Amino acid sequence: MTAWLDSAALILLIGLAAWVVLGRNTFAAVAGFIAYGMLLGLVWVELQGIDVAMTEAAIGGGLTGALMIGAARRLKSAAPVAPATAGTLVIAIGVGAAMAAILAACVLALPNPAPSLASLVAGNIAATGVQNPITAVLLAFRSMDTLLEAVVLLLALIAVWSLAPDAEWPGRIGVPQTANPNGILAYIARVLPPIGLVIGFYIFWAGADQPGGKFQAATILAAMWLLIISAGLGKTPPVSSRWLRAGLIAGPIGFILVGAYGVASTGAFLGLPAAYAKPLIVTIEIALLPTLTLILALLIPPPLRKRAEA
Amino acid sequence: MLLDLWTIVLVSMGVVFFLAGTVGLLRFPDALSRLHALTKADNLGLGLVVIGLLPRLTGIADGAKMIFVWLLVMLSGACLAQLVAHLIRQSGDFKP
Repeated sequence: MTAWLDSAALILLIGLAAWVVLGRNTFAAVAGFIAYGMLLGLVWVELQGIDVAMTEAAIGGGLTGALMIGAARRLKSAAPVAPATAGTLVIAIGVGAAMAAILAACVLALPNPAPSLASLVAGNIAATGVQNPITAVLLAFRSMDTLLEAVVLLLALIAVWSLAPDAEWPGRIGVPQTANPNGILAYIARVLPPIGLVIGFYIFWAGADQPGGKFQAATILAAMWLLIISAGLGKTPPVSSRWLRAGLIAGPIGFILVGAYGVASTGAFLGLPAAYAKPLIVTIEIALLPTLTLILALLIPPPLRKRAEA
Repeated sequence: MLLDLWTIVLVSMGVVFFLAGTVGLLRFPDALSRLHALTKADNLGLGLVVIGLLPRLTGIADGAKMIFVWLLVMLSGACLAQLVAHLIRQSGDFKP
């Protein structure tokens, strides 16, 4: 029975992927991509990767989907692209096929059973004080990756901002939105954020011992903020705002400070002394939460506008 | 045994609503009718599935979470349907 369900999900996934790539209509392709992210989340649940499933649904489906809807809307006003020539098509198909072949060869070349550090993690997780192995890996065993990830996100936001025309710097992020104050958007932007805040902080806090964590929580909090902004109930901050900049660097700075404390206490950057491992992990997560929330939310609105537009 | 019957009957009823919603989405002639079909699937279909699965949960907290998910889906579904319907009317595709 489960085999049937799994096969159906896989066939749907491949079909959706083909729809996204081959679709002629940009908006339909984006809708397909969001459905693809949600379905992929379900597949991760089936694979027992609840943390990955939540991240995939929140970031792969939701946030990336929102980014792509914005891109599709901007593309609508752009000049239509000339159809691909036969030469381009041949090159694209050749590169794609070669890439697939190399990936397949790599996967098939893996020894059986695949090399795994899972038993090492399971053996040492008690020293970290957290019970969710994903959190232990992300913030204790491989915390360098997570630090670099946070920095990459910050760089991505700076890259988006650097696309703003000089004349509009330093302006507010995005176009001010207005909505009917008695309309349904304003209604849900008033009702949902309190619920979303509780769920977001719950997922953040539960992340130490259960599936969840700062990334999923930050996506929910960012979505709530965007909802308020898009209903015209709140404004995006100007890029020169001090609290905005402080929030953006809080995560990396906090992370690096904990890392430096590791040098002093254990002799290794990002080393966590076993006695304080859990408080330090929670400190990193608390520092990262505002940074991730701000970055994920501020990637979505269109670039800077200094002058208010009609 | 009785528990199995309860779950099978209610989840099947929920699935029927999802199926009907999907058929409506594919077959109904205009966007507003399609929207109507879709929201029925969210509200009633998911509700029946939740009620069917409730007695299988171990704790009250788990059950409360599942009911809460259903309520949230209803809220977002209803609001989104309104927003989409508003856009359809604004775009002028719909002539009453």
